[in-house]
Amino acid sequence: MTGAGETTEVPAQSEVTGYAPAELDRTTRLELYRKMVALRLFEQRAYDLFLQNLVKGTSHLSLGQEAVAAGFGQAMRADDYTFCTYRGHAHTLVRGASMTGVMAELLGRSNGILGGKGGSMHLTSVEHYAMGSYAIVGAHMPIAAGAAWSAMERDSGQVAVCFFGDGTTNIGAFHEALNLAVVWKLPVVFVCENNLYMEYTPIGSVTAVPSPAADRASAYGLERVLVDGNDPDELYGCASRFLERARDGDGPALIEALTYRKGGHSRADPGKYRPDDEVERWMARDPIDLYRGRLLELGFGAPELDEIDSGELAAVDRATQEAKDGQAPDVGAIETQVFADGGNAWRN
Amino acid sequence: MAELSYRDAVAAGLAQEMERDDTVYMIGEDIAAAGGVFKATPGLLERFGPRRVRDTPISEEAITGAAMGAAMTGLRPVAELMFSDFIATCWDIIANQIAKTRYMTDGQITLPLVIRTANGAGSRFGAQHSQSLENWAMAVPGLKVVAPSTPADVKGLLAASIRDDDPVMFFEHKSLYATKGDVPDGEHVEELGVAKVRREGSDATIVALAAMVPRALDAAERLAADGIDCTVIDVRSLVPLDTQTILGSVRSTSRLYTVEENPRLCGWGAEIASIVAEELFYDLDGPIVRITTPHVPLPAADALEDATLPTVERIYQTIKNSD
Ligand SMILES: Cc1ncc(C[n+]2csc(CCOP(=O)(O)OP(=O)(O)O)c2C)c(N)n1
Ligand SMILES: [Mg+2]
Repeated sequence: MTGAGETTEVPAQSEVTGYAPAELDRTTRLELYRKMVALRLFEQRAYDLFLQNLVKGTSHLSLGQEAVAAGFGQAMRADDYTFCTYRGHAHTLVRGASMTGVMAELLGRSNGILGGKGGSMHLTSVEHYAMGSYAIVGAHMPIAAGAAWSAMERDSGQVAVCFFGDGTTNIGAFHEALNLAVVWKLPVVFVCENNLYMEYTPIGSVTAVPSPAADRASAYGLERVLVDGNDPDELYGCASRFLERARDGDGPALIEALTYRKGGHSRADPGKYRPDDEVERWMARDPIDLYRGRLLELGFGAPELDEIDSGELAAVDRATQEAKDGQAPDVGAIETQVFADGGNAWRN
Repeated sequence: MAELSYRDAVAAGLAQEMERDDTVYMIGEDIAAAGGVFKATPGLLERFGPRRVRDTPISEEAITGAAMGAAMTGLRPVAELMFSDFIATCWDIIANQIAKTRYMTDGQITLPLVIRTANGAGSRFGAQHSQSLENWAMAVPGLKVVAPSTPADVKGLLAASIRDDDPVMFFEHKSLYATKGDVPDGEHVEELGVAKVRREGSDATIVALAAMVPRALDAAERLAADGIDCTVIDVRSLVPLDTQTILGSVRSTSRLYTVEENPRLCGWGAEIASIVAEELFYDLDGPIVRITTPHVPLPAADALEDATLPTVERIYQTIKNSD
């Protein structure tokens, strides 16, 4: 166990609770695999395009963390709400947003899902209940609670799922949102993707407790939930369980998923601040490699999996081409959609 | 017509809208069981029940954030922030999230919500419970900003704000809560972005907001006795801003004075002064003069606070001496 002020080690797997369903059907497994592969290939492509200076500004990739998006995405009802952070390509895509629309948004094209107005850090697809990517750390946590409050009042049976990082557990909005969610018994599931680092600082060196989210759960009367964030079966099981609880009116959950970025925090960050042996240990736990291995062991055929790989690669290629073919947004768009009448008129 | 206090008009406006639209919900600190620290919301809990009128923890980010999340998913929340000074604790949610999300999502998200808050000085509360912050909100694209001066406008503009599909910052003035005025019977809804001429005169135009409106009117009466006949315009809504009413008046009076409770720099009157200077420069017979609180945090002692805000005397003297 590490304590306050020390750097975080990879938490012992023995601390992690098992949530994987005893039995999982073939289709679900293949779908979990497909989702992770799609997200991986998309993010790798986004990185390549960034290096080619086609993706401008910044981007925060989910490489290495795909299992969280896949596991939850698979477990959520089609109309459950997703709230995520600037590291939100995966969470938005997994709800069904078009790869072309997302890629074009990264490229600043008019066929981007936000028409080029939001960019990488604000991906949103309301038609898929992806209610936004938020770039101010922690801000979306009370907003997700608000969507859950509305779902409860409308008796819609929807659950809001809110993804955030380990660093987010130290900002006030985290605590305000959790307290409100518990007091109002809201159908919201908060998911901390603990990748052990904020941008460059190890979370253990700035946090009062070793498990930044799980160790705070008791302060809100919530169950301590620590799950393997690189195992989609575990995440699917964990998500299903707490989504169902929330849907049944039993209130919120706070889940901490242990995972790791394959690369740096953003842009071209090489992540040099991470010790070699730590990186090595985590790279050996690549969620897609591990899952592919498991599926092969379970008797899935390699050709079947290869076919998924090539199908998703073709989809990413197509999206890349369509995004590149998009035009720069018309400058006429600048003064649109400030207000609900579609414009920005502030005076007569 | 019935005579209501400004504070009772708040409850009346809320009740009117909650009655007609069951997606209107209220949240805030001490608003339900206690009826609000300024007693602007009594009786609503009893009338609409604990789900639609709900007390919150002291969590301004959670209050405004929850309002935002609910607004994007089908409710029309009205969130109360006890004092406008507290918007500094949730300025991220208001200025970064609520104001910008529609734009950043290219119109995918609509946020029909109202943030009501008690604004302004006069209560000897000192610098952290007395500010006039409507110009902070005015500076952020995506927010509408309303500040009523009469009970009728409280009800009518609050109703309009709740019905509006954009986020509205609704600034109620603490020192006006006890004032009384006639409020039309039955459903009463005003329009955002329409200024109101409170007094007509041909010599000068005085533009004022909220608690500065009655002071401007008093000063105008004194000036009239001296032969200076002023128009007094109650701006009512800073965003959208009814520049036409102001420009029309200045076109005929050729003089403009603003009376602002905010500290000097970047007050709302500066924007109006710049518009008038740009568009009516050659119609002006003299400089545009802004009458504001000096650029200081507000002092608490009654003698100091009273002398800090624009007084009737200062408005009167300024206009008389520059005429
Ligand atoms: C309020 C705020 N402070 C600082 C930042 C700058 N910032 C962006 S991402 C980040 C690290 C967040 O770490 P974590 O929550 O662990 O998420 P991760 O990036 O690891 O997914 C920081 C400090 C910000 N966006 N918002
Ligand atoms: Mg992190």
